[in-house]
Amino acid sequence: MFSYCEDPSTLDGLVWLSCYLTTGKQFLFYQSFGTVLILLFITAPVALAFGFGGAIAARSRIAPLRWVGKLYIAMVRGVPDIVYFMFFVIALDQALEWLRHKWKCPDWDQPIRQGSDFIVCAQAKLPLSAAPQVWHEVYNASLAIFTFGIVFGAFAANVLFGAMRAVPRAQIETAEAYGMTPRQAFWRILVPQMWIYALPGLSNLWMILIKATPLLFLLGVEDIVYWARELGGSANPRFTDYPHGDWRLWYFLALLVFYLAFTRLSEIVLGRLTERLSHGQATLGGVKQGKAA
Amino acid sequence: MKKLLISAAALAVTAGMGMAQDVVRMGTEGAYPPWNFINDDGEVDGFERELGDELCARAELECEWVTNEWDSIIPNLVSGNYDTIIAGMSITDERDEVIDFTQAYTPPDPSSYLALSMDVDVENAVIAAQTNTIQAAFVAEQGWTLVEFPTPEETIAAVRNGEADAVLADKSYLAAAAAENDDLMLLEREEQIGGGVGMGLRESDDELLETFDAAIQSMKDDGSLNALIEKWEVASTF
Repeated sequence: MFSYCEDPSTLDGLVWLSCYLTTGKQFLFYQSFGTVLILLFITAPVALAFGFGGAIAARSRIAPLRWVGKLYIAMVRGVPDIVYFMFFVIALDQALEWLRHKWKCPDWDQPIRQGSDFIVCAQAKLPLSAAPQVWHEVYNASLAIFTFGIVFGAFAANVLFGAMRAVPRAQIETAEAYGMTPRQAFWRILVPQMWIYALPGLSNLWMILIKATPLLFLLGVEDIVYWARELGGSANPRFTDYPHGDWRLWYFLALLVFYLAFTRLSEIVLGRLTERLSHGQATLGGVKQGKAA
Repeated sequence: MKKLLISAAALAVTAGMGMAQDVVRMGTEGAYPPWNFINDDGEVDGFERELGDELCARAELECEWVTNEWDSIIPNLVSGNYDTIIAGMSITDERDEVIDFTQAYTPPDPSSYLALSMDVDVENAVIAAQTNTIQAAFVAEQGWTLVEFPTPEETIAAVRNGEADAVLADKSYLAAAAAENDDLMLLEREEQIGGGVGMGLRESDDELLETFDAAIQSMKDDGSLNALIEKWEVASTF
């Protein structure tokens, strides 16, 4: 990157480090931080949407819908995340390819499963094997986000389900007395007030989600843990201009600092959010605020 | 947000359309120098990178390199995430039941031990090996004490920090590590295991298998394969 980096073996100290930290391989490591953050910020709303849908379904007056909601929450909460991740991503990928295969290659006469091979026609591959590598990565990431969304959505659904029930009954009764329909009462009274009850649970989930991002590696996304291990391993002078010993300790230390800083930041933001949402609420926090004002 | 995802996926599909279908995706580990590794620029490099590029050129195929964990490298091949495995994989009967191999592009070579001292008695020692390798299977068969690690790098680290007494792996990999570290040495004892290294393909991909087989044969015939083996010091020559 810098002009003085032509022959790293003659450099030492900070100059060497500045060259080492700006090699193409290191940039892949820095990029992976971006990947993790992007995935996190997409996954959170997706999970919240799944959670909201799940909670509404679970408290629905229509029995089959209620069963679906309850089953979703119970199933995902009862199965270890890692099993879900491993199973779901493979199954989803194969299901999508199978559907496309049925649609695009109706004349295909060979079986889909031949021994251990899973074979669909070339046009049904997702993404097509001719697609540039970046689309393969986007596809993998989308599967990962969807899976994370489903898993964390179930926990969020349970939290929101509880929060909806925690809103004082008197609030809804008042809404009814004003002549609101159940739908109006739900959207105008219940939903705005439930967040303060949901926040402790949701913030827990957010923290767990941050810490669960290394699972991405299992799903074929080259995340920060992958690169820390890859870059931290001792580098042999025959294969690199920047030989070093086993530096995994330092790389993992950097990850530790990153995760700690990020969760601390989240705590601060969530703290402010709690204060904001407590405003005017008949909770202990809200009443305290009112007295102080 | 979901709309965004769907449109991203739709874009992915349309972007791929109309392109040539004969792109072959080459799957490798990227953590096993000199066979395959990620170089300073972040690209796949090594003996197999050069070999694979040459094979693709001879077979007139367009090839793209992807890396995958060693542990799941076979499952991801059979489920179609890439089309070949070219990752220093020894040809064994066990693997041959699940995937097909081309002819070997390096001859069968002994595996060796790497340790901190010359007088390790391997039969009564703790041996480190990478998971799902012929070496791990060998140690387990002998009934010796085996500790497995997901990456080759970690097997050597285990010897360094005393978790294991010796590593059993391909000689070329260990020799490269021993040459650069004064404290590590190769034991005299070697094991003759494995049947040469070949490219792995899906059992249903007969046509591609024949193409690569022919390309390997042509490199064997004109001596360029031997030259490449000597350049990277990965094995003995044919």
